[in-house]
Amino acid sequence: MNHQSTTRQDRPLIIGVLALQGAFEAHATALTALGVTAKLVRTPAELANIDGLIIPGGESTTFLKFLERDGFLDALESFVETTPTFGTCAGAILLAKNVENPAQTSLAALDITVERNAYGRQIDSTILTAPTELPGGPLEMVFIRAPRITRTGPSVETLATRDGFPVLVREGHLLAATFHPELSNDSRVHQLFLDLIRNRA
Amino acid sequence: MADHTHNGNGSFGTSSIRLKLGLAEMLKGGVIMDVMNVEQARIAEEAGAISVMALERVPAMIRAEGGVARMASPKLIKQIIAAVSIPVMAKARIGHFAEAQVLQHLGVDFIDESEVLTPADETYHIDKHAFTTPFVCGARNLGEALRRIAEGAAMIRTKGEPGTGDVVHAVQHMRQIVREIKALTVLGDEELYNAAKVHGAPYELVRMVAKAGKLPVPNFSAGGIATPADAALMMQLGAETVFVGSGIFMKERATPLDVENDPKEREEAVSRARAIVIATTHFNDPKIVAEASEAVIGSMKGLAAAAIEESQLMQTRGW
Repeated sequence: MNHQSTTRQDRPLIIGVLALQGAFEAHATALTALGVTAKLVRTPAELANIDGLIIPGGESTTFLKFLERDGFLDALESFVETTPTFGTCAGAILLAKNVENPAQTSLAALDITVERNAYGRQIDSTILTAPTELPGGPLEMVFIRAPRITRTGPSVETLATRDGFPVLVREGHLLAATFHPELSNDSRVHQLFLDLIRNRA
Repeated sequence: MADHTHNGNGSFGTSSIRLKLGLAEMLKGGVIMDVMNVEQARIAEEAGAISVMALERVPAMIRAEGGVARMASPKLIKQIIAAVSIPVMAKARIGHFAEAQVLQHLGVDFIDESEVLTPADETYHIDKHAFTTPFVCGARNLGEALRRIAEGAAMIRTKGEPGTGDVVHAVQHMRQIVREIKALTVLGDEELYNAAKVHGAPYELVRMVAKAGKLPVPNFSAGGIATPADAALMMQLGAETVFVGSGIFMKERATPLDVENDPKEREEAVSRARAIVIATTHFNDPKIVAEASEAVIGSMKGLAAAAIEESQLMQTRGW
């Protein structure tokens, strides 16, 4: 699965995982399995010297409470402007330009509109397997109290959909998924993020 | 009731248990707060709680007032679900599967089969595989945790002694579970069969824990956590998230802060909730825990767990 890694730079990639709360461990495990170094990020200072950042699933309202402290939101805003960042579920909500149900603050970096909890409550959580734009056949997608991407801007590329709505999108150096690739054994989505970082360098 | 084939190790690959564990994964590293009304739920969400537990009375009040403690009113649960965007949990009595059916119907995101309520069955816990909604259950030791997991629990929380503001039993139960897990990891394959007998737990689960060195579901902590330092302590001892019950919204043992009418008491509750959230994320950073503790106004009065008569303990409910 890991052929592209031969094109990497002279040192292994260091990927930050925002670890305020949520599925940060599962992402770190997925990254480690792909041969890169995962670094947990809990303070603005820890954003230094990383090649990319994953904002995991969890509760976006909880993330925002921490980001409101110590200038974290400003630091993260500048970071995602220039550095590859991948948001899953709550992370996608944080990256989105607009958030609905309810409206809330975000980094407004990725030109999408996201509706929170749009597929219902936990009882409506589901695992789907469907073809996507990724090579290698159908992709398993784990949706947990998932948000819905209701609008994508002109420069946003849709890589996977559910019922006609985008669930995996890319815009330049930013990637977002409303499902949880860290909860599947398939490494293709994490690999896609690493390729995005390497191809940029 | 179609899911009855699941038991022990066999259930961990199914999409049902994966979705349950998936939500538990999202709740890691945060604080789940007991709330008794909409205003408390809003305060919890504003303070950064990852989830709220809807109930009529927090454990401290149940302890002080006595009587039979049951599932919260569906009306209250619906109000709280409508008021917040974060997951909502609610408690069912041990063995009371009809209460659990009601909670699932209401759309509760996690059901706590809880010793805080008066048990409805003295022999059997709920068959949790029969539900789509995930369950969390309390445990004081590894055997109890694995029996609950065999029944389908997707999350374990150490029991502690609820409603006391005394963290001593939460510590005891967490240390015991961690110690028993460590002990399993050094056993040979032939010794694991006996370990299963000793713990009174399914062999497949015992073997799984021995190989992985951890429970197959997230291990959270509850029961007596009342301060930011308590939360940091439990996280350092191995908890992956903390439940805080009476510690945030209680003034005296049976009297909650009046968050609906008294702005000063509301501010006190907000300060406690916010500080515990901060300390839970930054549990390894004493500087941040100190700053968070300093911002706290007041604290729950508390009741020493050692002063409670054996028959009044909640942690001994469940088997």
